[in-house]
Amino acid sequence: MSDLLVRGARPLGADPVDLLLRDGRIVEIGAGLTSRGARVVEADGLVALPGLVDLHTHLREPGREDAETVATGTGAAAAGGFTAVHAMANTDPVADTAGVVEQVWRLGAEAGHCDVHPVGAVSVGLAGERLAELGAMADSAARVRIFSDDGRCVSDAMLMRRALEYVKAFDGVIAQHAQEPRLTVDAQMNEGELSGRLGLAGWPAVAEEAVIARDCLLAAHVGSRLHVCHVSTAGSVEIIRWAKHKGWAVTAEVTPHHLLLTDGLAESYDPLFKVNPPLRGKSDVEALREGLADGTIDAVATDHAPHPVEDKECEWAAAAFGMLGLETALSVVQEAMIETGLLDWAGVADRMSTRPARIGRVADQGRPLSVGEPANLVLVDPSGRRAVRPDRTLSLSRNTPFAGIELPGRVVATMLRGRPTVLDGALVAAEPVGGLPVGASGARP
Amino acid sequence: MRRHLLSAGDLSRDEAVRVLDTAGELLALADRPIKKLPTLRGRTVVNLFFEDSTRTRISFEAAAKRLSADVINFSAKGSSVSKGESLKDTALTLQAMGADAVVVRHQSSGAPHRLAAAGWIDGSIVNAGDGTHEHPTQALLDAFTLRRHLADGTGDLEGRRITIVGDVLHSRVARSNALLLSTLGAEVTLVAPPTLLPVGVDSWPVTTSYDLDPTLAKADAVMMLRVQRERGAGGGFFPSAREYSRRYGVDARRMGLLPDHALVLHPGPMNRGVEISADVADSTRSVIVEQVTNGVAVRMAVLFLLLSAETTTGTDGSPW
Repeated sequence: MSDLLVRGARPLGADPVDLLLRDGRIVEIGAGLTSRGARVVEADGLVALPGLVDLHTHLREPGREDAETVATGTGAAAAGGFTAVHAMANTDPVADTAGVVEQVWRLGAEAGHCDVHPVGAVSVGLAGERLAELGAMADSAARVRIFSDDGRCVSDAMLMRRALEYVKAFDGVIAQHAQEPRLTVDAQMNEGELSGRLGLAGWPAVAEEAVIARDCLLAAHVGSRLHVCHVSTAGSVEIIRWAKHKGWAVTAEVTPHHLLLTDGLAESYDPLFKVNPPLRGKSDVEALREGLADGTIDAVATDHAPHPVEDKECEWAAAAFGMLGLETALSVVQEAMIETGLLDWAGVADRMSTRPARIGRVADQGRPLSVGEPANLVLVDPSGRRAVRPDRTLSLSRNTPFAGIELPGRVVATMLRGRPTVLDGALVAAEPVGGLPVGASGARP
Repeated sequence: MRRHLLSAGDLSRDEAVRVLDTAGELLALADRPIKKLPTLRGRTVVNLFFEDSTRTRISFEAAAKRLSADVINFSAKGSSVSKGESLKDTALTLQAMGADAVVVRHQSSGAPHRLAAAGWIDGSIVNAGDGTHEHPTQALLDAFTLRRHLADGTGDLEGRRITIVGDVLHSRVARSNALLLSTLGAEVTLVAPPTLLPVGVDSWPVTTSYDLDPTLAKADAVMMLRVQRERGAGGGFFPSAREYSRRYGVDARRMGLLPDHALVLHPGPMNRGVEISADVADSTRSVIVEQVTNGVAVRMAVLFLLLSAETTTGTDGSPW
């Protein structure tokens, strides 16, 4: 692979420098760099961030290739500035065996748009009854470290305890979809004044908060790692802040849509705004932003959830839960966190790359933009605003809740181990890599 | 210009009064030997019922026919809908058949809003009951009935006290009545066990109570909501139908607490012995049968005002 010279980029928003990428690493940083034969990427005025890492992506393959495939989902990820995604386990068949996680991992490697780290199911078939073979998934070629029944909550306290204990053997983490099932039977939207008025069954904040509180206590009790998926309420932020204050190994993520949108959108009865956990109130959005800013919430994770048109073009109750997220995540975070002054670009890099990589124990991602580090980076043009076009998604699906909304910023280029996956905002055809992404094997400690 | 009737909350006081006044004129027609008006000749009204409701469907059917409209009944039972056809495809089919108005009953809250907003169909949408959301024509017929007895059949319901009792949480009738009756100036009190009041009801334009008896002495009317037995026991909203009946049912003793002029309403179908005793249902205070008669007149008024809007718009461009 030839050298790649990125000229005039601003690392984490700092002063412009040139970066020379060679053999998958950053080999030189400085002013006025030259390299004979290097391919030059002009990045004048663009912000350089370490490649983004998503802790929560639904790639839908195997099983729902009509909604998304590993290839299209990772293409969308690259276009959104991601160099690694964690593929959730609620596929069909469920990713609850070494065979399925290796299949997903291999499909990701073959597509080559970004690294795919499969998430393993906690319980067999996501049924919440008995542990899946977590060790086999951890030891597989996919080297699974995050386990989750996402889409469903591990509601049984004993199963959750055992899962938290068991993954200590391989430094795993349980990523909990916190939703008390009995409190959310047929739930359709945030429980509040609006759900009562619209006649839609409510999804109360307490159904999330009660599970988070229990799980924090369990994680502390057994000395294991808990990661809380898609935190959506002010109360949840408070509980996690308390758990962190205690020194417990609890981490949390928030989705872009929960940082920007509120439950008032349900008034249209347009299922594009139907998501689980549901959009909440304004004070929740403020608390989530504050929690992300002060580090209580470690990461932004997309919960990218593609659905075919027919599953959204219907009445609310019949529609599927979920929203696209990969291609708009960085713009939404810029809108919600940067434009408001709550985070700077270094903070965004921390919450969208460094910390998620650390939570997922992905060694070669989320690294600083320094000499000797892996050349995973994204170049962002933070200027200008443009309306989101659902007909322009690289995802197979179009269910973005941001359709028509003007958002700032644009991903111009994404580099995966020194190779451009996106240039000038367009996907670069992936080079066939014969199964393994360069440097992916043995990348973990 | 408003083309649909989706929520009772969409109507201003003047618009609501206009519907009630129109219904009053149309009701007089029922006493004539020939009950039919030529007003909607050549127009097509589709009754699109995804949920069984014979009484609401025949009420709309009678209303449309008395206005000379062509009526098509499209029932989800035994139709392509039960074979998995989507709301969208059903709507496109009706659009292709040239429906001028679609009266829709659906088990999902908001389905009529989807039909009105998604651009699948051009006709006027009338919400005939959606999930646990609203049932605006029921509220209009209740208001019409109340006005006839409590306000000489004219104007609004300013200052009248209406108590609505029962499963407010799941009741589209309660939601629509709370909105419409308060728009018309009535003081509405919702009475229910705490488990059957929705979260956020304190922001509704009503007062609430967990205790029925104290509200009765001042009530001009009491409206009983149907409570499904399944909400008790297994449903867990109350311990048993018997306990519900003791605490929230209206029987002869409670009827005795009402002022002499006070009315008893029920949207039907009734659970005799649960929310209402036979004594009360069949008493002279009961206007339950009259509600059915008035339902046809009110629905005629709604269809008339929506479909003849091009020629009879109000001063603000609204059909009401």
